[in-house]
Amino acid sequence: MEDRKAGIEVEGLVRDFKKGPRAVDGIDIVVEPGEVYGFLGPNGAGKSTTVLMLTTLLPPTSGAARVAGYDIVREGRQVRAVIGAALQEAALDPFLTGREHLNLQAALHGLPRQERKKRGDELLERVGLQEAADRRVRGYSGGMKRRLDLALALVHRPRILFLDEPTTGLDPQSRSALWSEVSRLARDEGVTVFLTTQYLEEADVLADRVGIIDRGKIVAEDTPEALKADIGRPSVEATPIEPNERSAVARVLVRFGNELPSQPETVAVRLDQGAGDLADVVRALDREDLRVRNLRLEEPSLNDVFLAKTGRSLEGAGDAGHGAEAEGEPEEARA
Amino acid sequence: MGSTFSVQMLNLAQRSVVRTLRQPAVVVSSLLFPLMFWGINSNGLDAASRIPGFPADSYLDFSFAFPLIQAALFGAVTAGADLARDIETGFLDRLSLTPMRPAALLAGMLMGVVALGLIQGVVFLAVGLLFGVQIQAGFGGMLLIVLFMMLVALGFGSLGAILALRTGSTEAVESSFPLFFVAIFLSSINLPRDLIQADWFRVIATLNPVSYLVEGIRSLIITGWDGQALAVGFGCALGLILVTLAGAAASMRTRMASS
Repeated sequence: MEDRKAGIEVEGLVRDFKKGPRAVDGIDIVVEPGEVYGFLGPNGAGKSTTVLMLTTLLPPTSGAARVAGYDIVREGRQVRAVIGAALQEAALDPFLTGREHLNLQAALHGLPRQERKKRGDELLERVGLQEAADRRVRGYSGGMKRRLDLALALVHRPRILFLDEPTTGLDPQSRSALWSEVSRLARDEGVTVFLTTQYLEEADVLADRVGIIDRGKIVAEDTPEALKADIGRPSVEATPIEPNERSAVARVLVRFGNELPSQPETVAVRLDQGAGDLADVVRALDREDLRVRNLRLEEPSLNDVFLAKTGRSLEGAGDAGHGAEAEGEPEEARA
Repeated sequence: MGSTFSVQMLNLAQRSVVRTLRQPAVVVSSLLFPLMFWGINSNGLDAASRIPGFPADSYLDFSFAFPLIQAALFGAVTAGADLARDIETGFLDRLSLTPMRPAALLAGMLMGVVALGLIQGVVFLAVGLLFGVQIQAGFGGMLLIVLFMMLVALGFGSLGAILALRTGSTEAVESSFPLFFVAIFLSSINLPRDLIQADWFRVIATLNPVSYLVEGIRSLIITGWDGQALAVGFGCALGLILVTLAGAAASMRTRMASS
């Protein structure tokens, strides 16, 4: 039965594939109604597999989940009626126009003919595709396809919206426009948003709470602020003027904290005593006659959180080889 | 529920027709190649009409069933490939996330195939008449030919849907084309069965249901109203539809079992 006060509840959800390791390994999530939940993780961490299960496109191996109060296994039809989803690839028909896509989607959702046109026009305007509405989708840019994808997910005014890496490959302007729309949906229309991303900034900007998934397991979950506060101490990053002085700069900086992964020409450390160490760092470099062209104090980021929880940096962590979903396993499993 | 189903089906059929018509290469080749083969066959094999016992005075009339059957085959491969592409691109997932009933998707897609069959049937009849084909069963026979073509398109289209749903691969569907083509050639498409000399060929042609589809259509062109040929031809077409449609429905259920 639909519970209008229900968001998403996930309990011990597991998905195995015939080949490869366990894609999703017993995750528990609770997303409150009206909340934007950011699901952050590297490629192949299990994000998309989780979305496919929650949107009823892939049956879980074990565990349970309810979306808007409906069981994703036993009440798939009811789940689909209240959710909207823009999956990782904007699956569109290149031979149809944007307007025709919206009309088809609206018809399949059972909207009356008059309402279909009105709703289509409204959504085309909202995502800024009025001018391109009657052009075939094969001529759309990646950003336009993503925006149309979002509009299609919203046709039937869903209460819960799943967005699977909605801004991957978008230019900064399109990304910013999409962020604004997602924020507006949650703020003005009370839509619950489950957003997967591998972009730290996206999770930071959009999400009320963030769940960090790695190798199928949730390794941290809280508000972005709380997660960063948990790490506590800021880091300092220094770039020597002379590249051959990098080792000397590193020897000085490690007196103030543990070294962090950084660009080849820079040195970064997590400060043991916090921001108060910065003046001492400057004095120590000066004493050693080491000159730097850039010295930057950085507050903890979600990447630091990921690093602290997994021992790896989020950038490039997908290469570590969990990779079940990245190589299309969900599709194979469905077949 | 009924009206929702019909709205879904009609919208999906409209999409199927629109996307086909927006691929001129597909439409042109589905019209041009069968006509081209017909032209080559009717010229090259014209002497066959002088074989004692040959049932028609003109090989042009006799071979007119060829483009009609081949066109239906083209439609099947096109429809199957389109459905496989929907699976590959995730468009089927998008549709699965709506309250769409799988049967509406199948019916909509097949309505598109049938519509293409209708267009092909009308065009081929017009071209055939222009080049001097005489339809012995008259105008009523022409209507029946178009209907027959739509049924064959539906049967082959369902076969294309089975391939698409089972494999989910455009390549697999398209690579099945030669097999369909062989099935047409191993029938009575070029010669009446009783005039086929090679025993093995005659046996295969007799076992091949395509022969009866061909002979049903051909009877309207060269004989007139031949109740037996029509009954067998229509029976075969309906049987093909029944089997392939059931197979397509089962394949659709399997494909969407997770939804």
